[in-house]
Amino acid sequence: MSKRIDAVDLNVYYGNFRAVEGVNINIEPRSVTAFIGPSGCGKTTFLRTINRMHEVLPGARAEGRLLLDGEDIYAPGVDPVTVRTMVGMVFQRPNPFPTMSIRDNILAGYKLNGTRMSKSTADGIVEKSLRGANLWEEVKDRLDKPGSGLSGGQQQRLCIARSIAVEPDVILMDEPCSALDPISTLAIEDLINELKDNYTVVIVTHNMQQAARVADKTAFFNIAGTGKPGKLIEYDDTSVIFNNPSNKQTEDYVSGRFG
Amino acid sequence: MTISNDTAAPQRTSVPGGKKKNSLTAGQKPGWTWIAVLAGALVVAAGITALLGGGAFSWVGWLIIAAVLYVLGMYLVTRVIENARRATDGLWQNLVWAAFLLALIPLISVIWAVVANGLPTLLETPQLLWRDMQGVTGSDDIATQTEGAPLAGGFLHGLVGTLMITLLATVISVPIGLLTSIYLVEYGRGGWFSRAIVFFVDVMTGIPSIVAGLFAFAAVQLVITTFIGDGPRQLQMVKMGLTAAIALSVLMIPVVVRSTEEMLRVVPNELREASYALGVRKWRTIFKVVLPTAMSGIASGVTLSIARVTGETAPILVTAGYIATTNWNPFDGWMTALPVYIYRQLINPTAPAAGDPSAERAWAAALVLIVIVMLLNLIARIVAKAFAPKKTGR
Amino acid sequence: MTDTATEPSRKTSLKGSRGGEAGDRVFSGLALTAGIVILLVLAFVAVFLLIESLPALWPEVFSDQDSIESADTFWQYVWPLMAGTLIASIIAILLATPVAVGIALYISHYAPRSIATPVGYVIDLLAAIPSVVFGAWGMTVLAGAMVPIYAWLNEYLGWIPLFGGTPTTTGRTLLTSGVVLAVMILPIITSLCREIFLQTPKLHEEAALALGATRWEMIKMTVFPFARAGIVSSIMLGLGRALGETMAVTLVLSPGIFSWSLIQSGRNATIPSEIALNFPEAFGMRQSELIAAGLMLFIITLAVNMVARWIVSRHKEFSGAN
Repeated sequence: MSKRIDAVDLNVYYGNFRAVEGVNINIEPRSVTAFIGPSGCGKTTFLRTINRMHEVLPGARAEGRLLLDGEDIYAPGVDPVTVRTMVGMVFQRPNPFPTMSIRDNILAGYKLNGTRMSKSTADGIVEKSLRGANLWEEVKDRLDKPGSGLSGGQQQRLCIARSIAVEPDVILMDEPCSALDPISTLAIEDLINELKDNYTVVIVTHNMQQAARVADKTAFFNIAGTGKPGKLIEYDDTSVIFNNPSNKQTEDYVSGRFG
Repeated sequence: MTISNDTAAPQRTSVPGGKKKNSLTAGQKPGWTWIAVLAGALVVAAGITALLGGGAFSWVGWLIIAAVLYVLGMYLVTRVIENARRATDGLWQNLVWAAFLLALIPLISVIWAVVANGLPTLLETPQLLWRDMQGVTGSDDIATQTEGAPLAGGFLHGLVGTLMITLLATVISVPIGLLTSIYLVEYGRGGWFSRAIVFFVDVMTGIPSIVAGLFAFAAVQLVITTFIGDGPRQLQMVKMGLTAAIALSVLMIPVVVRSTEEMLRVVPNELREASYALGVRKWRTIFKVVLPTAMSGIASGVTLSIARVTGETAPILVTAGYIATTNWNPFDGWMTALPVYIYRQLINPTAPAAGDPSAERAWAAALVLIVIVMLLNLIARIVAKAFAPKKTGR
Repeated sequence: MTDTATEPSRKTSLKGSRGGEAGDRVFSGLALTAGIVILLVLAFVAVFLLIESLPALWPEVFSDQDSIESADTFWQYVWPLMAGTLIASIIAILLATPVAVGIALYISHYAPRSIATPVGYVIDLLAAIPSVVFGAWGMTVLAGAMVPIYAWLNEYLGWIPLFGGTPTTTGRTLLTSGVVLAVMILPIITSLCREIFLQTPKLHEEAALALGATRWEMIKMTVFPFARAGIVSSIMLGLGRALGETMAVTLVLSPGIFSWSLIQSGRNATIPSEIALNFPEAFGMRQSELIAAGLMLFIITLAVNMVARWIVSRHKEFSGAN
């Protein structure tokens, strides 16, 4: 169900500009990995290359290899759409589809692709996904209401439920709590802890306490200056990164001396 | 300040919190100034109008002169009581107001003319709505005008023609317009080709409607003479509903493209990304996420463009001809559209010697046309308001 | 009903089917085609008009006649029409611009919100009225109302060639046409100007007010400098519309030969109304003449519109608006 991720010499470009340089990283299945680092250091860009979402932006491309359980998602002939069904993503701001009900939002991955299914199958998927996102009890009575009527935290859990409904192997989260209040953030963090039983979770966060709370391993990215590419500086167990980093830059960052 | 001879100062100290002036409002003209100036302007204007007009007193002239005098009077009074800056400010404020009132005059006049001329006819002879002009001759109109016979004829053929031509134009323009705007927003990505399209769509917006008509006529004529022949019968075939629909499409496509493009750009990118991240293909994302989200705006833009071409006269006049009978087939034979009907009835009355019945029919038709166009505009507004999806977020 | 699709099949390998990929290619192809169609249509407009007007432009080469029907040469035929078109449009611009800018300012900076919105609707309403209705109104209501004004103009200002000659008794003159056109382009200029005025940076406005400027001074200091290019281009767009407007002029004007006097009936004509009046009965060379006249109109409006767009795009680059 969940897959390991290996990046081998991965470079990401926007046109001629190299945004991320030479990333090598091995992410274990059934774990939570946090990417931290200052703004513009390429952590979000790298995250988006894991499900080829960077290709949505004009001129963006990746070089190198990115392996999902040993299969290169950048191999010739691989369809980015297939990659994205295996690697789900949750975004910075909750983005439920405004034209759809809560139920349809959960089923969006199937419905948008034109997959037909019986009502009982669909009901099963909706309940399972919402339970998986700790949202079932809160919304089970109003599944036909629009998803935009929920609170911010509920919307974000709805988006998580939407991405686990298509049963991916990996879930990427791009600062999923940055638009939420502390209580909603706590609910999401609890959820992330549960998700790692079944999925490989990769989360980008600006909040170092959050990384320390939820992540098994943490990767620190940094840039040398504006116009320079972002680099993976250090990648280790979260406790090591925060308590005993081997790199000076990492130490400066986690101790709050810059960034 | 306290030792000065300023009149406001002792008042302020003697009655704190009273309704006396304080130093901030000192030197202002009293609140009733404008009434005084207005009254003065009206009286003086009446005198001037009477002098200028000689015997006849012109109400319009009186109002115009009074308005000019009022604006000037307010300027001078403010300038004397307050200062030149305030006076200039007030002058421009009055002029801006005057501009607004001035624009209301033609609007009210037009609507009044149409309703006053058209409504009585339409109420008296509602048959106009479901009769055409077949068999109506000058003698019928002469009978109406001189002997009070009921008004003959009607404009069913105009309604049918407008309906069919507009429908056909919509069928041609909406897919092209929609697809083009989708190309611009979703695929073009600001490349040179999409910039060229944007530029030429702008150019197209400026094509005079009569030129669009000439183009459609010339194009269809060229096609028919090339593929069917150039005998008089074939040349006759050029004028039909389809030719008019092509002409209207030239006018309609740029409107549809611009409004749809705007609506698609408003759809947040986050929704597209959410869909892609679920493993949904781009074309399905466009169809099932982007278009439904923008649908109300697109529908309202399309309705507005239909409203615009419904009122077009010139392109239809040169492309669809003018006949007295109802023609439902836009691919064969001449067709009359409602605006063309109005125009022909006014310019070439059915009975040249007795133009009143024709004018009555024209005004009734104008009323119906305005109602149709206004309804379309209203629908567009309602659609845009009522069916807009609620914004995401809190 | 039994499960038809049951559990949706899960892909476990990257090398799966690429189902639906054809849809992507077909759809993007369709979208591109639609864009190409638009470019082709525009090219066709120019080409067809040119082909059909060649016999009138060079009768010696492209027709079996030595000259056109209505005059010796095409230019002799078309220049009075072009002059009439331009004069009517310029009258319209001169009348409409101050009022339109005033209303736009009224909506954007003077009226309270509760009034500004309905006023915007009213202006849109004016834009929605079909041109033939404006024409009918101009012909029956406005023309009559203008007659005494023309008599007055002729009496007191008759020494100016524009108001010379025998004043009309029907009011169906080029000046009346210009007034109708002014009413018709008013909403266009108004709505464009309103957009631009509303884009004036709030900070600039507040800075001016904080310095003690009156409202007018604030507008003069911040709104006009910011909006100057925009106003010019909306005037140009209004001019483009006035040049091409057909029905209003056709219904109002009683056409004739060129004259400097704007208050005589049976004088002057414009290209659109010339076409509308004569095209339904025209054939052969006469038809070519009219299409050629249309081509001239197309070129004039194209030039005007392109200049307007050029001003807008040049302005965009440094204003920071949008």
